[in-house]
Amino acid sequence: MIKPYYAVLRLRLSNGLQYRAAAYAGIGTQFFFGFIFIMVFEAFYAQTSAAAPQMSLSEVVAYCWLKQAFLAFIVLWLRDNELFQLITSGNIAYELCRPSGIYGLWYAKLLAQRLSSALLRCLPILLVSFFLPQPYRLELPPDFAAFLLFVCSLIIGLFLIVAISMLIYISVFITMSPAGSLLMFSVFGEFFAGMIIPVPLMPDWMQRIVYALPFHWTVDFPFRVYTGNISTLDARAGLLFQLLWLAALIFIGKIAMNKALRRVVVQGG
Amino acid sequence: MIEVNGISKSFLVSKRPPGLAHAVKSLFRREYTVVEALQNISFTIGSGEIVGYIGPNGAGKSTTIKTMSGILVPDSGTCSIMGYTPWKDRVSYVKNIGVVFGQRSQLWWDVPVLDSFELLRDIYRIPPLEYRSTLALLVETLDLQALLHTPVRQLSLGQRMRCEIAASLLHSPSLLFLDEPTIGLDAVSKIAVRQFIKTINEEKGVTVILTTHDMNDIEALASRLLLIGKGKLLYDGTVQGLRSRYGSKSGAAEASQLQQASASTSEQGHSTGSLSIEDIVVQMYKEYAL
Repeated sequence: MIKPYYAVLRLRLSNGLQYRAAAYAGIGTQFFFGFIFIMVFEAFYAQTSAAAPQMSLSEVVAYCWLKQAFLAFIVLWLRDNELFQLITSGNIAYELCRPSGIYGLWYAKLLAQRLSSALLRCLPILLVSFFLPQPYRLELPPDFAAFLLFVCSLIIGLFLIVAISMLIYISVFITMSPAGSLLMFSVFGEFFAGMIIPVPLMPDWMQRIVYALPFHWTVDFPFRVYTGNISTLDARAGLLFQLLWLAALIFIGKIAMNKALRRVVVQGG
Repeated sequence: MIEVNGISKSFLVSKRPPGLAHAVKSLFRREYTVVEALQNISFTIGSGEIVGYIGPNGAGKSTTIKTMSGILVPDSGTCSIMGYTPWKDRVSYVKNIGVVFGQRSQLWWDVPVLDSFELLRDIYRIPPLEYRSTLALLVETLDLQALLHTPVRQLSLGQRMRCEIAASLLHSPSLLFLDEPTIGLDAVSKIAVRQFIKTINEEKGVTVILTTHDMNDIEALASRLLLIGKGKLLYDGTVQGLRSRYGSKSGAAEASQLQQASASTSEQGHSTGSLSIEDIVVQMYKEYAL
């Protein structure tokens, strides 16, 4: 049952692991931005006179490094141009003659792209940031349970982000250009996911919006589970919510995909 | 095996005159024209036939192929292929067909050919034993041995097309759609592809539906011809029938020339003959004002 999807995943993975130079460049960039983010937060924390914020500086630092290390798991702007080209050039004709659902095949491709990209980058970043001087050091999670919950939530978060990005690809069936939906999804989605600032540092009214949307389950939730900012009890309930959102998003995606395919026009003769 | 009944399909095509003023205007009001790609197309094809499907550019050949392979949903009409309705039972239906789009590629661009083949093996769930024997046969008849480990981007068009055809046959389909399989190929590759199509048709009994602009393909392969123009089916019959209707000026010479050509060995046969099938088709296009 799962074999075709696994085969796509494997091939895409081995394909993605070829891009070493991109990975080195990525590691450099992500360190650079990691330091910038932390320095900005450091300055804010030094100047704040209000009551103690809901997140300590060391939690924010861990949040930043995890964000940089697992960037490929959480960003919405990571795109697979091949899939966009399939749609806009009409090569989707071939995908449609395969005895599998397109949704599953593409899901596997996108998953593999993120996996290969993260596998090449996360370890060096994590390793180095564990040995940085204070206040830049990435601290270990408070206990083993938090670590386990973090791993689970990160994995489900990855499945969630792929389910969300599938919607971007499906929208290209209608718009024929990925630029618009990609921009919309990445600007709003990443802000609401807590990519720019962690959700606890947002004003209350904005937090209410954020918690009503699925995005924060992909970034904010796993990283705060890691730091212990979210208790293990809340984290366990959170995993359930993640799974519910995942089921809902895949369901919506599949329906939208079927609708789009029924009206598909194979471009270019 | 195939029953197509009254298939129609139309597309909306957006149109605007050139120039900035019209570009701005079309921001507010788009103008569309309806193009009737297929109008009431009906035919039946039996098992083991090779059918040539011809017509000028934009006649609806590819649209028909895409409808029959379950990619496009027609506006009206029915189609039953091996008991399936292609666009409704797509996933279970496509296991039984192979499709080659001459202008597109199904192989992964950056990885060796064999990787793409193995992916297809897994996607179609081909049992390992069957996969090995089919692959061996395809490698032998299409002469692929030297190409299997080369990344697709480094293959020539002719080499790639041979690999594309092999990729479409790995799961041993009983029906093969070829949409311009010889487009852009040199004489040697063309003949190799034709020979191969003939072989699998004769030995494995694969039904083949072939669109092309190269009348030599048709003469070499197809005993039956469907001619489509402006979305309408204009002719359904044998190549000989077409000749006797349009090329009657030179009866006997024509017949012997056909024999030659259908053996696909003498490519020069009809350039010296009186009225080639190419001329006949042009005549037909003229007659129907295509």
